[in-house]
Amino acid sequence: MIKRLSPWILAGPASLLVLVFLILPVGSTLIATFTDAKGWAAPYATFFNSGFRRTVLYRTIEISLITTVISVILGFIAAYVVAQMPGRLKSIMIIAAVFPLLTGVVVRSFAWLILLGKNGILNSALLSMGIISEPISMLYTEGAVIAAMVYLFVPLMILTLAGVLEGIPKDVVEAATSLGAAPFAVFRQVILPLAMPGLIVGAVLVFTGSFTSYATPQLLGGERQMMMGTLLYQRAMVTFDWTGASTVAAIMVVVTIAIVMLMTRLARRLNPMAG
Amino acid sequence: MRTTLHPALIVIASIIFIILIAPLFIILGAAVSDTNYLTFPPQGFTMRWFTNIFEISAFRTTAITSLQIAFFGTFLALLIGIPAAYALNRFRIRLPSWLSNVFVLPILVPEIVLGFSLMKSVTINLGLPVFATLMLGHALLVLPYAVRVVGASLASFDFSIEEAAISLGCPPLKTFLTVVLPNISAGVIAAFILAFITSINDVSISLFLTGPGISTLPIQILAHMEQFFDPTIASVSVLLMLLTVGVMAIVEATLGLTFLTK
Repeated sequence: MIKRLSPWILAGPASLLVLVFLILPVGSTLIATFTDAKGWAAPYATFFNSGFRRTVLYRTIEISLITTVISVILGFIAAYVVAQMPGRLKSIMIIAAVFPLLTGVVVRSFAWLILLGKNGILNSALLSMGIISEPISMLYTEGAVIAAMVYLFVPLMILTLAGVLEGIPKDVVEAATSLGAAPFAVFRQVILPLAMPGLIVGAVLVFTGSFTSYATPQLLGGERQMMMGTLLYQRAMVTFDWTGASTVAAIMVVVTIAIVMLMTRLARRLNPMAG
Repeated sequence: MRTTLHPALIVIASIIFIILIAPLFIILGAAVSDTNYLTFPPQGFTMRWFTNIFEISAFRTTAITSLQIAFFGTFLALLIGIPAAYALNRFRIRLPSWLSNVFVLPILVPEIVLGFSLMKSVTINLGLPVFATLMLGHALLVLPYAVRVVGASLASFDFSIEEAAISLGCPPLKTFLTVVLPNISAGVIAAFILAFITSINDVSISLFLTGPGISTLPIQILAHMEQFFDPTIASVSVLLMLLTVGVMAIVEATLGLTFLTK
């Protein structure tokens, strides 16, 4: 009897933690948006009828998409070079990617506050070159948020892709080359399709990470560039509108899970090594 | 995979890596600037911003809270995560296939949603103390590391060694501690390090779970930044980066940094 139950006894405490402290609380947040006194799904009507909140949602989608595209491109180039570097240089490059990754979001966003601030390095540089005559305000713009987010996610992309690219057997690449494929054709027809599953995993991580971020939009976007994360906080802790906050939370959950499921399916279909 | 690299690619990649590291050196410069505002390149040189950290008691207390939460949260996650990982690998056929997906949920659900929900349901409705909720929230956040990283180690473990020990009369718990655990120690160390650093740096879960008198270091940093724009935060950041250096040294010594690309 004990023997039959032992797998459950071993997996039980961890499952219980997830059930009691994740599934139930998050579930109750989601349910709260459907059981509002004003009527079924009324909180969603409130959300989408507010021009401000709609703008926040669209802005969040836009910033996350731009961040994802730039991070994928830069991450791919960097990972491609990492994968082909000799041992020593490769370690240095991996250290350069891991170090920021293990440094907190707050510290990394803060770095961009110094870079883009009124007394920041970018303003000083532009001033000394005579391009501008007085410091310009670069903070609290969409560009500032995107720059910091790309900075946040490129290391993740590099590490995800470096492993995938290293795993591509060199015979495959050599075969294509020896059969007369031009370097670009090798890239487009051999390397890119083989790297596609990793690319999709990385893109999903970047998109969902940007979509649900809080610290970076808070520090570099402020009130003016409010995103879903900062809106959730503002609704919950500044205006104490918990239904409004739960609605933002529910939209975040739905978008995140939809993107993950859609892209996992796509990755499976695009994987040339499968079936 | 090895092909000839176009020089332009090497140049672009080098620029990317420089931009990845440069801002962190800028923080270092800003931390020693003898000005009351954040600036780079530093003007003058001073260590007073570092001593200033220790004069602000909020940094001291929140740093201690952060370390406690990270330690206990990670410890709890490993304590329940390792048996779960073991069960998932050892008894794969006897457990339903969806069970492993349960342990992915903390990654799938946005952290900030989890933090908000924990505040609403657990702190306010259940009345659990803030510290306990904070610790459980962090344990949840890092549970996937415990289950998946340790699970990866277990996947390459040869369970016939364990069976040999048991058939020779070794009790199950002793077998686990003296035969299985030493063989997966690399995974356990990796899980601990990744979990600990994730917990220390977390903002989104702690955001809602800090109350009067209890806060974590990243939340305190955010709060400080909203009021002051002096180099104190830069010096705190330098200390946090030193922690990262320490962690990387441990990873390199135990597993090798290339572990992180797998």
